[in-house]
Amino acid sequence: MKFLEPNLVALNVKANTPEEAIRKAGQLLADQNHVDHSYIEAMVESYKNNGPYFVLAPQVALPHARPEDGVKEASVSLVQLAEPIEFGNKPNDPVKLVLALGASNNDEHLEILKKLMVLLGNKETIEKMIHAKTYEEIENFIRGVGA
Amino acid sequence: MKLLCVCGLGQGTSLILRMNVEQVLSELGIAADVEHTDVSTASSMDVDFIVTNKELADSLAGVNAKIIIVNNYFDRVEIKNALEENLK
Repeated sequence: MKFLEPNLVALNVKANTPEEAIRKAGQLLADQNHVDHSYIEAMVESYKNNGPYFVLAPQVALPHARPEDGVKEASVSLVQLAEPIEFGNKPNDPVKLVLALGASNNDEHLEILKKLMVLLGNKETIEKMIHAKTYEEIENFIRGVGA
Repeated sequence: MKLLCVCGLGQGTSLILRMNVEQVLSELGIAADVEHTDVSTASSMDVDFIVTNKELADSLAGVNAKIIIVNNYFDRVEIKNALEENLK
């Protein structure tokens, strides 16, 4: 399981559209070989087909696809956007944090979701992640959701 | 009583919602069957309540189940309020 490790987090990222933001978050997973490129395409397809339902909390999007779309390892990446983007989800727009979820079929999937619940269940943590300038500033929160 | 937590693919986000819904139900002392699935399967399932967000509620307009809307899947206070309001 790879959960927001330093090479899976990118801060102050420029993206103009939801699709671009999803691709950049997915690319972080693909660069580390945790997902195939096909998984990025599947996340974009899911957005096109199902709409912005995955904007799960104010300012937070959690794009994902199915394990069989090309996940090699259960994983989560984070793109902190330089400028907020409207995904089309009224209650939760605009989005500042895009966390790409590499969904797997094994127990690690459940573990990752629990970590996300702890991390994103705290509004103060979300605010701090939105405003962080360095990885070090969010490292403690990521460690805090530990094992 | 059967509740169904619904997202687009039935994998990640509906499971997050389900875990939070189950926790809130246990806090409220309400016994219920909670399951999670994707939006297309949901419309053919026989349940009492469907919990989902505004985005997907629109595509479930024809179902018999009562739809409970939750916009922040991580906010257990919102989930608690929504469940209390609808399950009474």
